[in-house]
Amino acid sequence: MKDRLKLVVFLTVIAFIIQATVAFAQSEGETADSVISEQPVTPPPKPVIVSGEDIPNDNGHKLKLNWEYPAEWNDSIVRFEIYRADSPDGDFRRLGEAAGGIFSYLDIGSKKKDDPNYMPNDQNLYYRVDAVSKSGVTVQSEIGGPFQTSGQWFHKGKVPVLIGVVLFAIFTIYFIRSARKGKDLYIRPLAGIEAVDEAIGRATEMGKPILYVLGIGGASDIATIASFTILGRVAKKVAEYQTALTVPCYDPIVMSVAQDVVRSAYLEAGRPDQYSDDLVFFVTNAQFAYVAGINGIMVRDLPATNFYLGYFAAESLILAETGNSIGAIQIAGTDQITQIPFFVVACDYTLIGEELYAASAYLGRDPLLLGALKAEDWGKAIAMVLIIVGVLATAFGWDAFREFLRVNL
Amino acid sequence: MEDSHLVELLWTTFAAFLTFATFSFLYKDNPFYKFAEHLVVGVGAGYFVVLLVLTSLKPKLWDPLLAGQWWYIIPGLLGVLMWMRFSKKVSWLSRYPIAFYIGTSGVAIPLYMYNSINRQISSTLDLSVGFGSLTAFWGIIIVIGVLTGLMYFFFSKEHKGAFGGLAKIGIYVLMLGFGASFGYTVMARISLFVQRIAFLESWGRMIGNFFS
Repeated sequence: MKDRLKLVVFLTVIAFIIQATVAFAQSEGETADSVISEQPVTPPPKPVIVSGEDIPNDNGHKLKLNWEYPAEWNDSIVRFEIYRADSPDGDFRRLGEAAGGIFSYLDIGSKKKDDPNYMPNDQNLYYRVDAVSKSGVTVQSEIGGPFQTSGQWFHKGKVPVLIGVVLFAIFTIYFIRSARKGKDLYIRPLAGIEAVDEAIGRATEMGKPILYVLGIGGASDIATIASFTILGRVAKKVAEYQTALTVPCYDPIVMSVAQDVVRSAYLEAGRPDQYSDDLVFFVTNAQFAYVAGINGIMVRDLPATNFYLGYFAAESLILAETGNSIGAIQIAGTDQITQIPFFVVACDYTLIGEELYAASAYLGRDPLLLGALKAEDWGKAIAMVLIIVGVLATAFGWDAFREFLRVNL
Repeated sequence: MEDSHLVELLWTTFAAFLTFATFSFLYKDNPFYKFAEHLVVGVGAGYFVVLLVLTSLKPKLWDPLLAGQWWYIIPGLLGVLMWMRFSKKVSWLSRYPIAFYIGTSGVAIPLYMYNSINRQISSTLDLSVGFGSLTAFWGIIIVIGVLTGLMYFFFSKEHKGAFGGLAKIGIYVLMLGFGASFGYTVMARISLFVQRIAFLESWGRMIGNFFS
């Protein structure tokens, strides 16, 4: 009985194994059949190259290739591979690929002759596009071309910029000439500048030094250049009043220029003997280390007046707040919009943005600076007129005016 | 404890000490702050010199010269002229590289014209599209803000009468913008502070682990 039972179990297991094997074989066969049935009966069609457009307003070496492909085959194509050669029967070099469903490719070549991706201007170029299907079948297009790229000397989309620069140059030259001829060019007084003399006088009365911070800009930054002019004026007054001056610098070249400016101011004031290169010194070129150094100078020397004029970044509030805590009169100015709020809250006077440039012209009375400032005013007047006319034109549906002012890069 | 862990603990402790030393300035100037200040200024200056040699002098002058690009000698000579400052007799020569350096700022004029004027005008006009809609209403408010702001920065006319009134509106608009910018930046600074406190907390945990 027991042996019979064993036999039944054994036969049942064998039957199960046979059935499972047959079922697996059948399913494998079905899968293979289904793969075969998914294959298209016909190979994918060839891509058709329709155009090769030279990119306008550039130095050449750039072309946009367009091709067409039947929409019903989009799902079957994995990618298009793009090739370029110098002649139809030349050696086609693979440039890159575009995903299936995309029918254009921007060919950015090199202008260096020794570069493998060199793409000459004004010479015939030939392209080929290969469509690669999901099953790995590759179909080549007919050779497209010849196409050419060319460079342009002038970017037509930048005409409004050219007009603006030319107008500004004309205004600047005109007003500089007027100022040189002795014409009185009016500039309204600025509260921050009116306070300069008062601040220097206060320091003199208190017998304390004046701290002048040029910021963290380079010598070629417009704000730093404007600050040099104001520094000249401040240094001259300081020399006349025989007050101490401290100018810690962030940039070695700024330090060199500032030394020349202060030296000239002392000479102009008739006190060259009082000048020393130690008045203007380099601290460090690390932003927050520079701030730490100036803060140390402030709390130890206790200057009566602090000037922060130039290019400033995240250090503005730290400087202004420390200066405020020692009770110094503070005059600040920068063209960095994000830093002006900090100066406004922590300083006695703030020159907002362009007021810094105006201050240098106002103090320096140099025809070059006055002429440039007047030209800026005229530029602003024209900008205001353009905005008013532009808004009215847009309101009446005349978009051409707005489009004319737009720079198309 | 492994040596590397001990070294890490020591450096982190030193960083925490410098953090406390710097914060001590909030109380008043003291020797700890002075130490931190002098250390960061000295390290900053030294780092700048190394950075200048490795990112400018070597790759932008020395290497091209060795590669036979002889025309790099011109900026090299301009650089050498800067050293003339140390001689009283020929210190005037240093003004040539300075003049060249400052003069190059003129190259940026077209870029400034594009970024600061053309784009601003176009963007302002774009806001007024769709006259009569709510978007255009806010656009017109911005246009008024831009115009009055420009009037504030008009230096050829005194701020009196109607012009003065419009310029005053302009400064109010500017102050609104500054207020928003102030609040935004203060939030960013608080996040920096929180980051520093988190560092101190992780340092405290490191110390705790060490002693446990």
